[in-house]
Amino acid sequence: MHRIDCPWCGERDEVEFQYQGDATKVRPKPDASEDAFFDYTYQRDNPKGWHTEWWHHVGGCRQWVKVVRNTLTHEVHKTGGPQSKLPLPRRKAEGGL
Amino acid sequence: MRYNAFQILKQGLSGHKGWKPMWRDPEPKAEYDVIIIGGGGHGLATAYYLAKEHGITNVAVIEKGWIGGGNVGRNTTIFRSNYMFPANTHFYEKGMKLWEGLEQDFNFNAMVSQRGVINLFHSDPQRDAFARRGNAMRLAGVDAEFLSPDQLKEMVPILDFKNARFPIQGGLMQRRGGTIRHDAVAWGFARGADSRGVDIIQNCEVKDIVIEGGAAVAVETSRGKIRGKKVAMAVAGHTSQIAAMAGIKLPIESHVLQAFVSEGIKPLIDTVVTFGAGHFYISQSDKGGLVFGGDLDGYNSYAQRGNLPMMEHVMAGGMAIMPAIGRVRLLRHWGGIMDMSFDGSPFICKTGVDKLYLNGGWCYGGFKATPASGWCYAHTIAKDEPHPLNKDFTIERFREGRMIDEKGVGPNPWIQ
Repeated sequence: MHRIDCPWCGERDEVEFQYQGDATKVRPKPDASEDAFFDYTYQRDNPKGWHTEWWHHVGGCRQWVKVVRNTLTHEVHKTGGPQSKLPLPRRKAEGGL
Repeated sequence: MRYNAFQILKQGLSGHKGWKPMWRDPEPKAEYDVIIIGGGGHGLATAYYLAKEHGITNVAVIEKGWIGGGNVGRNTTIFRSNYMFPANTHFYEKGMKLWEGLEQDFNFNAMVSQRGVINLFHSDPQRDAFARRGNAMRLAGVDAEFLSPDQLKEMVPILDFKNARFPIQGGLMQRRGGTIRHDAVAWGFARGADSRGVDIIQNCEVKDIVIEGGAAVAVETSRGKIRGKKVAMAVAGHTSQIAAMAGIKLPIESHVLQAFVSEGIKPLIDTVVTFGAGHFYISQSDKGGLVFGGDLDGYNSYAQRGNLPMMEHVMAGGMAIMPAIGRVRLLRHWGGIMDMSFDGSPFICKTGVDKLYLNGGWCYGGFKATPASGWCYAHTIAKDEPHPLNKDFTIERFREGRMIDEKGVGPNPWIQ
């Protein structure tokens, strides 16, 4: 069970949230190239280890929470709001490639 | 050694001392015609069909752990070909036909059981959607049958037909679908490939793909460098990692999918039933265990285990449609890592790197595809061009707007 610390509501169970994917992807400007939109929509690093991602607190405050979580151990490292800069931990995930 | 009744008799009379290991444990050679990364179902099937259909036997299957230790042993053993889109229909039907002849073909008992697969529907629109899919299947030469509630009651009496939220209005059935002993698929393909000269190299991890002049020429492994005239990936679950070694970025996310087995009970259900509206599907193994599963956990994960909320959700689905299983105890559960592609369909294709081939993106439908995947991938590798059956399973389809999105949910892998 993931416990996610919502900056507005406090620590809650994952069942209150809807996962919304990779938060490192930033929507390109409207006049950006097709390549930029292709990359934004479809291409993912899909890291084995630390991953910055969106969890939508649908069963709570309905805010979007940015979460740094380990895809191998399911450890939640840090959470913040959409504008938060959340650096990845320095140590590598165990066994991560 | 051919397996047959005479062998059983002969070995039985001589104390079973004459059975040979099913495959060798060779040291890697310096160079191969084809290196397949990944000794799962798809990699082994590819090696088997490369040798059998194309006469290419100087092949290595390189596996990090032991063969069949990944998703070919972490599924719910179901096979079917009940897809609607032409690319999928014809591809999975090829798989169905290969399954039907597989045991004779590779001389191994995989316990292929065509016990049927039934998709339940609960509303008029869902009935119409299923009828449409069934008709598309029949037009493509695939069997599909519409079942009335009365027919269903005879076949699966323990369903809750009068469920308040999801009353059962009928089902779409593919009688040729069913279940298979999944480990035997890996072992059968491994034995068949090995006997034709393929080297199966276990406990050998690929660390890097060596590219020279725009072409893949070798792999660096934990047991040294191995050169290959062609290098083929078949590592679904970890495709992003291996592809990154060749500088390739893909429309794939890795997600965990759980499955469950109950204690063994007397025969309760002799077909496969899927309750899509409640995210639950079930069959019963020959040992008596109820084998069932549901949806992805729904977040990126490489942990081969799931979490409790999805477990509860799946059980709730089971209780809703089959309340009789409420007193049955759960024996084990496990998680497998799925390559979730951004349209729910796989890749069997060439890559931007010459002599490097991709097989992945199987989402949660990889097991049923195993023979078709190996057969088409072997063709793609041997001829350096796709077979018509897999020509649509490219990486470029996303850039070209030719997604094969059977579910129609868009580029959100966690709900595909």
